[in-house]
Amino acid sequence: MQKTLPVLIGTIFFSWSLISSTFAQQLPNGISGAFQADAATYKPDSLIGAPDVPEKMGLNSYMDLKYVNGNFKAGIRYEVYLNALQGYDPRYKGTGITNRYASYTYENLEITAGSFYEQFGSGLIFRTYYDYDLGYDNPMDGINIKYNTHGLYAKAFVGRQRAFFEYGPGIVRGIDGEVHLAEMFPDLKWGQHNLIIGGSFVSKYQADNDPIYKLPENVGASAARLNYTNGPLNLFAEYAYKINDPSLVNGGIYKPGQSLYVSGTYSKKGFGFNAAFKRIDNMNFRSDRNESVNVLNINFIPAISKNQTYRLATLYPYASQVNGEIGAMAEVFYTCKPGSFLGGKYGTGININSSNIHDIKRSYTGDEYGYNSNFFAIGDTVFYQDINVEVTKKINKNLKVVATYIYQTYNQTVVEGKSKSPLVFADVAVLDFTYKFSSTKSLRMELQGLWTKQDRGDWVFVLAELNVIKNLSVVLYDEYNYGNADEKLQLHFVNGGLVYNHNATRVALGYGKQRSGLLCVGGVCRLVPASNGLTFSISTSF
Amino acid sequence: MINSLKSVTIFICLIVFGYSHAQQVGKVIPSVKLKTLDGNFISTDDFNNDGKPIILDFWATWCKPCVNELNAIQEVYADWAKETGVKVIAVSIDDARTMATVAPFVNGKGWDYEIYLDPNSDLKRAMNVNMVPQTFVLNGKKEIVKHHSSYTPGSEEKLIEEVRKLIAGDTSKSN
Repeated sequence: MQKTLPVLIGTIFFSWSLISSTFAQQLPNGISGAFQADAATYKPDSLIGAPDVPEKMGLNSYMDLKYVNGNFKAGIRYEVYLNALQGYDPRYKGTGITNRYASYTYENLEITAGSFYEQFGSGLIFRTYYDYDLGYDNPMDGINIKYNTHGLYAKAFVGRQRAFFEYGPGIVRGIDGEVHLAEMFPDLKWGQHNLIIGGSFVSKYQADNDPIYKLPENVGASAARLNYTNGPLNLFAEYAYKINDPSLVNGGIYKPGQSLYVSGTYSKKGFGFNAAFKRIDNMNFRSDRNESVNVLNINFIPAISKNQTYRLATLYPYASQVNGEIGAMAEVFYTCKPGSFLGGKYGTGININSSNIHDIKRSYTGDEYGYNSNFFAIGDTVFYQDINVEVTKKINKNLKVVATYIYQTYNQTVVEGKSKSPLVFADVAVLDFTYKFSSTKSLRMELQGLWTKQDRGDWVFVLAELNVIKNLSVVLYDEYNYGNADEKLQLHFVNGGLVYNHNATRVALGYGKQRSGLLCVGGVCRLVPASNGLTFSISTSF
Repeated sequence: MINSLKSVTIFICLIVFGYSHAQQVGKVIPSVKLKTLDGNFISTDDFNNDGKPIILDFWATWCKPCVNELNAIQEVYADWAKETGVKVIAVSIDDARTMATVAPFVNGKGWDYEIYLDPNSDLKRAMNVNMVPQTFVLNGKKEIVKHHSSYTPGSEEKLIEEVRKLIAGDTSKSN
């Protein structure tokens, strides 16, 4: 309790300063920033599996401050973990300035020194980014230079990567070039055609201190990409190759890695189609070969499947497997016009999405290369499959309904690392109602069900969100595992909360129990343990 | 104990400093490169609505409240545009995972907005957008006059109210 006291005082103080200053007037030009704090108290609950947390409370927070003056920009971020919320890597511990940079732009040249976020192509060999909710932050600290002229866009960087309050042991170097042909050769008759080609190279250096194995100290990865558009049509392809890079994640094998991502979309008003293919083979790429999970990733290989957001649909979320997967996705968006048979008075929106992801086909060699794999052969092991059907319908002036049905096949053993668990087959249905009492007063309700014979069995979820008081939302929900084979575990996870929104400020207070599960944002996941207690969150920008 | 107390104090100072010295409202939007749906670059400097207000909306295909907000605005967009000349620019923060979905998604919904992509979150960071949806009302000089986060049904009314105030020549900075 002693330890939590200053944090509590701090929390109260900054909430106060925040609220009182919401009405402050602007001062010097050029300064802006953002602030967020999330606190939770923890009560142990052996039934739901909520652990006994010695410090009783967690707090994650950050503040960004930025300064812009003409072509000059600078910024810092200060982060606080006292202690980190449950489910975050415990190496997020303490406080400090984790991010600082200065940047100058002169005509077509931009130079950044310090922390930076950058991406080459779709990220197959390089992407650094920040996601506060996931505790994911892998910026480079070094220099980044960008230059463009007549349709040529070039980037180059050298840096070390952030890991918690330190830097990873590797040095990472990269160059990228992109040519926009229509911009470079404007005299050719392009019409609606547009063609962009690009290529990149990234290399990391990490000393080999291994007493037995001779490990590659410099690991290079290269990628080539192409983007062709023609009115409603958009085709994108990127291929990446990485030389041998034995690591903790790939089991120390010397096989080179490769990856291919292809997507094609066709759309015009009222209709959209999207299909994608992805093959990943041994593409773990980090600035420390001994790290895993979400730490020190140099590249970004997100899942190809739909990004689920309804609570029960996220019970079995897919996360891409960098050691190898092959998958495809197809999706259709369509709006039935008002007045048509399916459209009714206001029109009907339809979205169908399906993905199918397997292991790559492997024949194990027993040597240091690990396995051979035929590029387009599909492995026998199913990682994830789903089909999603979503219908959006406005019933009358006051009532809107979104109805969703999902069928999922989920490999717990591969995605969550559970030992020898059967594939989960789950049906999920969601009804999402929004009823407007008046132009600004409304009630939103979600009724969700998940039915499966595997894992924890059947679930229902009910949510009500009432917006009748200006700027204030009242939320109440219950997640109920009524079908658990173990009767003692047929538990309710009830939560209630208040959310206050005013301009750019959001304050939320909640109380209740949370089930354990994967929290995923943009295809990257974090395991969140069960918890029981009070949560408080404040976020704003200024 | 002393250490954490010190940290918390520094933190509070930072916040008080931040708050007493800054407000994003009143500033011109930063100059940042975004992508068009056909892969080209466009700078926020090129945002143009002939001196009339712009509503700048940060959203993502996977963000339900964002989609609800843009659906709600679509229903009244033609009326808004006729009444005030306002233009809605919707910036998607979808990353490599879902970026290809944006064009079919927008077309499938039949939205009439100007759509840009911010796959590396450059504009999102520059404008201190820590979550989506987040909406800015810009005046004819592309200065921020209102910044609103999150969406509840009907909160789009606040945006058009702000636009109407601008049109009526009321330049007082709403807070």
